Amino acid sequence: MNTVVCMKQVPDTETLIKINPEGTGIVTEGIKWVMCPYDEYAVEEALQQKEKFKAGKITIVSLGPDRAIEAIRTGLAMGADTAVHINDAAFYEKADPYATAAALAAAIKDLEYDAIFCGKQAIDDDSGQVPAILGELLGLPVVTLVVKLEVSEDKSKAVATREIEGGHAVVEVSLPAIFSAQKGLNEPRYASLPGIMKAKKKPVDVRTVSDLGVSVEPMTVIKEMSLPPARQAGKILEGEDAVEKAKALAKALHEEAKLI
Amino acid sequence: MDFEFSDEIKMLRKTAGDFAKNEFEPVAQDLDREEKYPRDVWKKASGLGLIGAWIPEEYGGSGVGFFGNAIITEEFSRVDLGMSLIIAGTFGCEAIYWAGTEEQKKKYLSLVSHGEAISAGAFTEPDAGTDVAGARTRAVKDGDEYVINGNKMFITNGDVCDFMVTLCVTNPDAEKRYKKHSLIIVESDRPGVTATKIHGKMGIRASDTAEISFEDVRVPVSNLVGDVEGQGFYQAMQFFDTTRIMVSAQGVGLAQGALDKAIQYVKERKAFGVPIASFQITQQKIAEMAMRVEATRNLVYKSAWYLDNHKVDPILNSITKYYAGETAVFCANYAVELHGGYGYIDEYDVQRFYRDAKILQLYEGTKEAEVLTIARRLLA
Repeated sequence: MNTVVCMKQVPDTETLIKINPEGTGIVTEGIKWVMCPYDEYAVEEALQQKEKFKAGKITIVSLGPDRAIEAIRTGLAMGADTAVHINDAAFYEKADPYATAAALAAAIKDLEYDAIFCGKQAIDDDSGQVPAILGELLGLPVVTLVVKLEVSEDKSKAVATREIEGGHAVVEVSLPAIFSAQKGLNEPRYASLPGIMKAKKKPVDVRTVSDLGVSVEPMTVIKEMSLPPARQAGKILEGEDAVEKAKALAKALHEEAKLI
Repeated sequence: MDFEFSDEIKMLRKTAGDFAKNEFEPVAQDLDREEKYPRDVWKKASGLGLIGAWIPEEYGGSGVGFFGNAIITEEFSRVDLGMSLIIAGTFGCEAIYWAGTEEQKKKYLSLVSHGEAISAGAFTEPDAGTDVAGARTRAVKDGDEYVINGNKMFITNGDVCDFMVTLCVTNPDAEKRYKKHSLIIVESDRPGVTATKIHGKMGIRASDTAEISFEDVRVPVSNLVGDVEGQGFYQAMQFFDTTRIMVSAQGVGLAQGALDKAIQYVKERKAFGVPIASFQITQQKIAEMAMRVEATRNLVYKSAWYLDNHKVDPILNSITKYYAGETAVFCANYAVELHGGYGYIDEYDVQRFYRDAKILQLYEGTKEAEVLTIARRLLA
């Protein structure tokens, strides 16, 4: 089974994020970058499908500056076969979900695939739009928030279990299709040392957006970015005994928090 | 000079770090309390190529050299020193790598690198530790076999290993005391081998340590490491020049782990209404820890690079090992002090780090032995 995995390099979840002086983005210096955790599920699913069918090729497609190669190599070390790195810092800086999807679609359209796997969202900008826009641009069905996937023997269709509020929905879809991975789909493997040593010999096709013939402009622009307000200090209720404290609590919940 | 890491080393560090965080953190405290060797975690790490990563690819390893192995060791011991010692599942095989025959390398190095066997290095005896040439375990040739009798002490992996590289006296009549010994590979399941686990260690309690006794243990003469008798002392010295650097990497990891935990704690803990990180006396401690960690790390990387390039420098190795032990003990101590009373109870990791750190000044050459090596060579 041939698959494509769309992957984004994002700041490590433990990184302390700071807003840049212009207030339009984050300070990127000193950040530790990693593969988006949801994209790890996507890579793992591609690997498991390839292992199940005992054949196929996995291509990672990623839009990002020079540094993105580290996350691409991690995907190759996990076991993907090849990669397309759309390395275009100027385009990447301004890219909104539409522009990102347009660049990915241009890189994917000439590849052979039975399925495209994406993370459900990138954990930095959290827009969650790329899989859907990609489906529109490539004319493919999209199944989001997948937690289980079964592909038919002849690779003509798949049955996907989606996570929905309070339960699950089972969806049948013809292939090729796009699947966005939700936590629970699988347990991503570590990049093994033999895998790491092999990764450097695997081909990475480096392209700019103009190489790919993409000339779209982003449809949205970030005007302002801000951190959540610092958490307020807790309030300690005064009172002689439990009865008085309970009264004070009920009063505070009613008058200040307006919860009761 | 190039201080930039290759992509492979960066990925290897990430795999080792993620592995330790996911596999060590949840169980480290229990294994420490129960003195239990994590065989399942060793097996899993083997599957990823993390055990025996230094072994060349032709013998089944990952071929990342001792430098790569130092990076894995550092990331492992940053989370837990006791559990990090699963990486010593190849212990003793360094001697086979340096001095063994081609057949021995093919057989034993590939066993440990594939996770099919755990090895040990049986050097220390009840009455001979630092004085390596004082080892008295005797191997007598009988036809095409050696018959081994004697006792070994404080043997890492002694109770969990499948074979051990054992220092024995084979040539008691040699004129020089440094020419009396040989290294012999002894499989643990041979009749007459008894391993008794040592309980009650102060630290690294997830690591297995045992006392071994050999009673008329027979092994084929082909188990002699290399093919000439009387080289054991020199082979042991070369072995320790290698493993000392790996132990030094343990020191860097433990010290960095202690620093990580101290930084996290002093930012959260408040006294007199402000985080204790805002006090200059706290800042002094954090900065001093960071200085020593960085200095030790550079020593370790240099020593490991020398080793991979076959430029063995015993003075450098001893400086590295001595300083790594000092740094680990120093940083663990400050980490406990910064945690105050909480650092004294086993719910907090720094308490375990404090107990674990001390071994780094004792094993693989005591700090006193390192001082001897440095001074004697400088003043010779």
